[in-house]
Amino acid sequence: MLMKVFTDFMGWIDKRLPVTDAWNKHIAQYPAPKNFNFWYIFGSLAMLILVNQIFTGIWLTMNYVPSAEGAFASIEYIMRDVDFGWLLRYMHSTGASAFFIVIYMHMMRGLMYGSYQKPRELLWIFGMLIFLVLMAEAFMGYLLPWGNMSYWGAQVIISIFGLVPIIGDDLTLWIRGDYVISGATLNRFFALHVIALPLVLVILVFLHILALHEVGSNNPEGTDIKKPKGSMKPEELSKFTFHKQYSDKYDIVDAVPFHPYYTVKDIMYVVGFLFLFCWVMFFAPEGGGYFMEAPNFTPADGLKTPEHIAPVWYFGPFYTILRVIPNAMLGAIGMFSAIIVLFLLPWFDRGTVKSVRYRSKLHLFNLIQFSICFVVLGALGTMPATPMANLIGAIASFGYFGFFVALWFYSKNENTKPVPERIAD
Amino acid sequence: MKKLIIAATFGILCSVSALVPFSAVASGPSIHLDKANNDLSDKESLKKGFKTYVNYCLGCHQLQYQRYNRTFNDLGIEEADGIANYMYSSDKVGGHILNAMPKKEAASWFGSAPPDLTLEARFRSPDWIYTYLRSFYIDENRPFGVNNTVFKDVGMPHVLQNLQGVSTIDEHGQLSPAMGGTLTAEEYDVVVRDLTNFLEYVGEPNKLERKAIGYWVLAFLFFFFILTYFLKREYWKDVH
Repeated sequence: MLMKVFTDFMGWIDKRLPVTDAWNKHIAQYPAPKNFNFWYIFGSLAMLILVNQIFTGIWLTMNYVPSAEGAFASIEYIMRDVDFGWLLRYMHSTGASAFFIVIYMHMMRGLMYGSYQKPRELLWIFGMLIFLVLMAEAFMGYLLPWGNMSYWGAQVIISIFGLVPIIGDDLTLWIRGDYVISGATLNRFFALHVIALPLVLVILVFLHILALHEVGSNNPEGTDIKKPKGSMKPEELSKFTFHKQYSDKYDIVDAVPFHPYYTVKDIMYVVGFLFLFCWVMFFAPEGGGYFMEAPNFTPADGLKTPEHIAPVWYFGPFYTILRVIPNAMLGAIGMFSAIIVLFLLPWFDRGTVKSVRYRSKLHLFNLIQFSICFVVLGALGTMPATPMANLIGAIASFGYFGFFVALWFYSKNENTKPVPERIAD
Repeated sequence: MKKLIIAATFGILCSVSALVPFSAVASGPSIHLDKANNDLSDKESLKKGFKTYVNYCLGCHQLQYQRYNRTFNDLGIEEADGIANYMYSSDKVGGHILNAMPKKEAASWFGSAPPDLTLEARFRSPDWIYTYLRSFYIDENRPFGVNNTVFKDVGMPHVLQNLQGVSTIDEHGQLSPAMGGTLTAEEYDVVVRDLTNFLEYVGEPNKLERKAIGYWVLAFLFFFFILTYFLKREYWKDVH
């Protein structure tokens, strides 16, 4: 009886909006390669954190006061007087750092298995745009507590825009809305942080997933699971039913429907992730002074500079590249180039073999040195700039850019192994 | 197996490379801090610390984000007792812990206005506070006749001087007591530890509650993980 009511209701809806069709196309009958490993959970985790940030953000906004006079006190009001306000705040602050950990792992996965290669270039570009907007979102959010590190960190980052020739000073004035960082800056950052950028972020995530489902998911083998129609024997086809948009065009092999197979797998990993997340959030929400920096427990003060101004850890790699180049202008160019080369990665890589498993030893070495350099750059970004730090930073920056240059040279005629036609069990 | 080895090697390389520059670059003179070893669950200690705070500190340093009645509740102080014995500068039990010092004048008296201390323990760390309050020494060049080894040229007088007494400094930076106060060195350490304890509490009044909830959440997630593991395995039987 109840089932019939539900079926009738969905029938009524489906005649007017293709809900069931969309559910099948993107979830219940979406063909996902059966060999996803640990590295493939970070997309789902990023989505989880996005939802966490949006919901905790909405509730924080209910008690946060976006003004230079009221911001710092309102955070302490949330921490002390709002029921479970401290939990909302820590969920949001821990979520911000977790977001970047997850996104960096997600990007690393793309690098390892060549998920940026043809035909997934646009998918990669959307991902990079998400990364860029996320950095802006995090930067503006970090000003909102109006602590002293919020203030001086923003001062440093905004001053980078002052290096743009001719319009530099006007540009920083335009960003701040004042001659110094002030309540005007705080208010506009608040507007961008809670409305403009989240909106852009959600749209980009939507496009990212749409683009993913158009070209299909890559996998650790880099083998295509969509074969030309009619090229496979019936007994070789995947035994599952997939949406006709996929199965009409291709012979689908070695795939499972995303739901329930990857939903149950992702739930397991989500719970594991939440265990680590809650461990940090309940027992070390300051993240050893990296997730919440100590000077941010004093209010913003334009006359008192913190002993050592460091941007939050997730900007570390790019901040170090900026800092190790002695000329400020060239440093800024270096920093922006570090992001631009990532955008251009699909064209730096001229190879056709996707997965590191079937590429040359040289490529494996190049990937490892790149990851090490990235982590070293990140660590250095949180530390004072000593001559020793600058030397190590310069070497790591060289390794960072060297990855792309070397890739362009060796990928044309790389000594690769044959990629298997099918995904083994 | 091979995959596992590659992944493990990769992980180790990454973490080692992150640690190397930390140890190689992290340098610069740092002040030695004594361990406060305070205990947030010790309510008697917190009460004594609160008492010391209102008697010696509150005249200059507000706790502008913390309320009296919240503190009474958390520390187990009866409201009548609290009003009679802890509230010298205010009569609103639901109000914040404030003082009457005018900020502008205070800035000219001390060089800069005495900061609010609600979040001092989160900003400086409890160990810092514990060491700082035990590190005053005689320095005739300073306006109040004292200086501090932890906070050089601090604008604050040694407010607890009648308790601790005064110390002199030798050329190696070692402090030695020159004149005793009303307390022995051990008793003074206890007073400072209680005060530190109170300031750590005020910095984050929910700290104990946060950890208590945390254990339950982690325990729940641990068992839930086992269930989800078997759920996943059950479904994936069709595939393998």
